Amino acid sequence: MAMPVSGVPTETPASQAAEVGSGRALGRIGRAVRVSRKATIGSVLLLIFVLIALFPGVIAHDSPTQDAYAAQLGVSTAHLLGTNHYGQDLFAQLVYGTRNVLIIAFTVGLATTGIAVLIGVAAAYLGGMWDSSLSVLTDVLLVIPLFPLLIVIAAYAHGGTTPVLILAITLTSWSYTARQLRSQALTLRNRDFLEAARVRGERRLYIIVVEVIPTMTSLIVASFLTNALYAVLFASSLQFIGLGDPNTVSWGTTLYWAQNNAALQTGEPLWAIAPGALIALLGAAFALLNYAFDEIGNPALRPVRKVRAKRV
Amino acid sequence: MRYALRRLGFFILTLWIALTLNFLLPRLMPGNPALAMMSKFHGELSPKALNALEILFGVNTKESLLSQYFGYLHQILTGNFGTSLSQYPASVSSVIGSAIWWTFGLVGIATTLAFVLGTGLGIVSAWRRGSKLDSIVPPTFVIVSAIPYFWVAMVLVLIFGLTLHWFPSQGGYYVTTDTPGLNLVFFQDVLNHAFLPAISLLITTIGTWILIMRNTMITTLAEDYVRMARAKGLPNRRIMLDYAARNAILPNLTGFAMSLGFVVSGAILIEYVFNYPGVGYMLLQAVSSEDYPLMQGLFLLITVAVLFAILVADILTAFLDPRTRTAR
Repeated sequence: MAMPVSGVPTETPASQAAEVGSGRALGRIGRAVRVSRKATIGSVLLLIFVLIALFPGVIAHDSPTQDAYAAQLGVSTAHLLGTNHYGQDLFAQLVYGTRNVLIIAFTVGLATTGIAVLIGVAAAYLGGMWDSSLSVLTDVLLVIPLFPLLIVIAAYAHGGTTPVLILAITLTSWSYTARQLRSQALTLRNRDFLEAARVRGERRLYIIVVEVIPTMTSLIVASFLTNALYAVLFASSLQFIGLGDPNTVSWGTTLYWAQNNAALQTGEPLWAIAPGALIALLGAAFALLNYAFDEIGNPALRPVRKVRAKRV
Repeated sequence: MRYALRRLGFFILTLWIALTLNFLLPRLMPGNPALAMMSKFHGELSPKALNALEILFGVNTKESLLSQYFGYLHQILTGNFGTSLSQYPASVSSVIGSAIWWTFGLVGIATTLAFVLGTGLGIVSAWRRGSKLDSIVPPTFVIVSAIPYFWVAMVLVLIFGLTLHWFPSQGGYYVTTDTPGLNLVFFQDVLNHAFLPAISLLITTIGTWILIMRNTMITTLAEDYVRMARAKGLPNRRIMLDYAARNAILPNLTGFAMSLGFVVSGAILIEYVFNYPGVGYMLLQAVSSEDYPLMQGLFLLITVAVLFAILVADILTAFLDPRTRTAR
């Protein structure tokens, strides 16, 4: 965790490192984004998507849902991706759909990571009965196949509106992160700075929130990215197979209508391929950032050439 | 032995929780969804089938929740999953039985291939750290692993199925011209149809194996016994395979089982895109036709399959790595 980043001076003594842990970790993340090419590409991509989600009207001038044009128009300057079977402008539909996808990604990402931090750290720090029962709960959820479970839940809920999707995915997919954080917190349990806090007479909650959690910042950020990525994949997949709300403007819903109208087979490939490509691109942004964080957390994985060049 | 027993205990506990989830979900949802389903199919069911369904979903009954629960457990444990509504009067077990082999073959072969190829690529790219192969392959597959399974399937359908016409892109065999049987023509037909779905699965799952293997192998390569082997002047091939890879492969083996859940999930979508007649496609059909008994049966089957694979991998790991037997 507190491994010194090679090439960066690390004069901070270990005792201080813990106190300023969160500040240092955030600084490290900022530095990594600038230094690593993977992280740079990932964050630029993500930023573009966020801007599109915030101001869709600036880029797309057509309505995403109105059947305003002739059906199956080809690609042109007026319709960058053509129109679909219903005469809707595809480009506008995808631009406006970004918001729904990002809302799901960020809400689920934050909520699952939050639950995971609470459960993982509590299990590790409280120990005993708490640890065993929370760990069993985590392990059980970890091995039940999630996507089939989500399908069953969404089927009984008669299609998932966005809040239903967010709730279902959040409640089922925190276990992997919780397990990771638990083992990370276990390695911290007997460290001196925690002992010092106990001797000072700090309350447990204070120790967990102020002392333990900040030292795990980069792992928590990496978990957030993974969870956001899976939220996008799960939610779009559910919408794609018709278990979302078919009236939501979202990439997954566009895919659903494309599949329903056999877009691939009837000569409208862009209808099906474009939204999937966007999901892949957003996923790649999260994955690239995550890969870069992996390299921060585990210096052994960093590209070799750079390190050698500096050492010589 | 104690370790194996503990894993078995966990297996049974998880199975019980999955069963309980299956019991509670339809009862917890607002306006019991099973009720709508039953009224939809009401006239077509025999009284016996109706009774079995009422036990499964807790409809039209004045029994307490607890006795419903025991009735449900008894019914499931005796292998009675009810009657499929969309394919009435076939039982759920027999309907599933007709689909399971398709998924078994497709997912089994694709997963094994992905595991073997991915682990191999991981070994080589860790061994030649910083080489061209190592700087291209792992990052590429990091991105590929973020691509939704169904999108890869769609692109393959578009290119190789609809544009180039190299492979069929729908179904498991030519339903109109071919009859299932043990002959070469049918066998070839099945292989032809399985090619694109299998490649989709392979492309989307191989990245995980490459990355886990590469990253563990890099850690192993820094160990003293690898340096010792080098100092002894052993041939490179031997160090790579017998010293480093052999010790680095354990996480991949455990991962193999853990990720089966994901593979099954991915296969659902791939089967959907290809209209492949396996359990995933059947699950989605059951959902869209509100055939809840079939849906529950499939969910249980998938869960049991994944749990069983994990149990096997756990015990296998314990055999291969003595450390896990003594550690927690």
